[in-house]
Amino acid sequence: MDILTKARKRLSRFLRVFFKKKRSRIGIYGPPNAGKTTLANRIVRDWTGDALGPVSEIPHETRRARRKEDVTITNGDGDSIVIDIVDTPGVTTKIDYHEFTEYGIEKEEAVKRAREATEGVAEAMHWLREDIDGVIYMLDATLDPFAQVNIMMVGIIESRNLPVVIVANKIDLPDASPARIKSAFPQHPVISISGLEGKNVDELYDKMIEFFG
Amino acid sequence: MIQGVQLDLISEERLARLTSMEKIRLILDEVMAGNIVVLEKGLSPEESSRLIEMTMMEISPDGFAGIEMETYPARSQGGGLLARLFGNKESPSRLTVIGPANQLKMLRKERDLISAWVSSR
Repeated sequence: MDILTKARKRLSRFLRVFFKKKRSRIGIYGPPNAGKTTLANRIVRDWTGDALGPVSEIPHETRRARRKEDVTITNGDGDSIVIDIVDTPGVTTKIDYHEFTEYGIEKEEAVKRAREATEGVAEAMHWLREDIDGVIYMLDATLDPFAQVNIMMVGIIESRNLPVVIVANKIDLPDASPARIKSAFPQHPVISISGLEGKNVDELYDKMIEFFG
Repeated sequence: MIQGVQLDLISEERLARLTSMEKIRLILDEVMAGNIVVLEKGLSPEESSRLIEMTMMEISPDGFAGIEMETYPARSQGGGLLARLFGNKESPSRLTVIGPANQLKMLRKERDLISAWVSSR
């Protein structure tokens, strides 16, 4: 850790104590099926023993933002942060209920899911504007990171001056390419993990303490 | 009857005269009518955020399914430490194409090329 980072952390701790800053709300954002809920569950399970929500291969399984309060993350050096983790619905610019019928869901239920998913995306955007202090932006490392929704979302996060850690997820899959994500967003730290297997999540926790502390 | 798709190219000057909400409403009204909109200058991050939110409110079963939107990746930012210190964070928004998600499909996107396919309704 360089001198500047250490100084920034000390200043951040001092300001937090001095101004009794509320704990940070960290939103997990990203496109549908990037593994946001899997990571949220892992973080919450690792540090509180609970879980946050169900996961599924069907897109838009998370259709409401879910928050877990008072999650304390600690690293080997004894540094820690206390955060609220907010798992958000996957952000997209299009939702068609036929996406759900392709998974064998009946039309009536698919239409209901699509309506809830649209509300969920709007809710996620509202959280980002009003109630989020930092962002973990999740990407499926097997997919093209230059997708428009990613470019837009990272632009929106940057415009709000929120600290962001980009996570290249699913590195357990053979065609994962975290390097592609690093080249797409060179201005931000990128941590490669497998949320499913828990691979490399300790590095993510270190980065969270450094960035969100 | 000849089938076709209307394409509206909106100049930077015209966009500059509109408020954010007017821009978003114009885009959504055009796209919901089945037209393709090309903006000479893209939306700000705040406008993009509102566009996503308002698009979600307009989606309906067997009707409007949302938008497809593409823009070139932002040019790499110039400026060094001083530019960052003094908040030169405005990313240059560039030519942007927006259309109905069920009619506009992006075929290829590179740093300097967007290739799209448009179908009539």
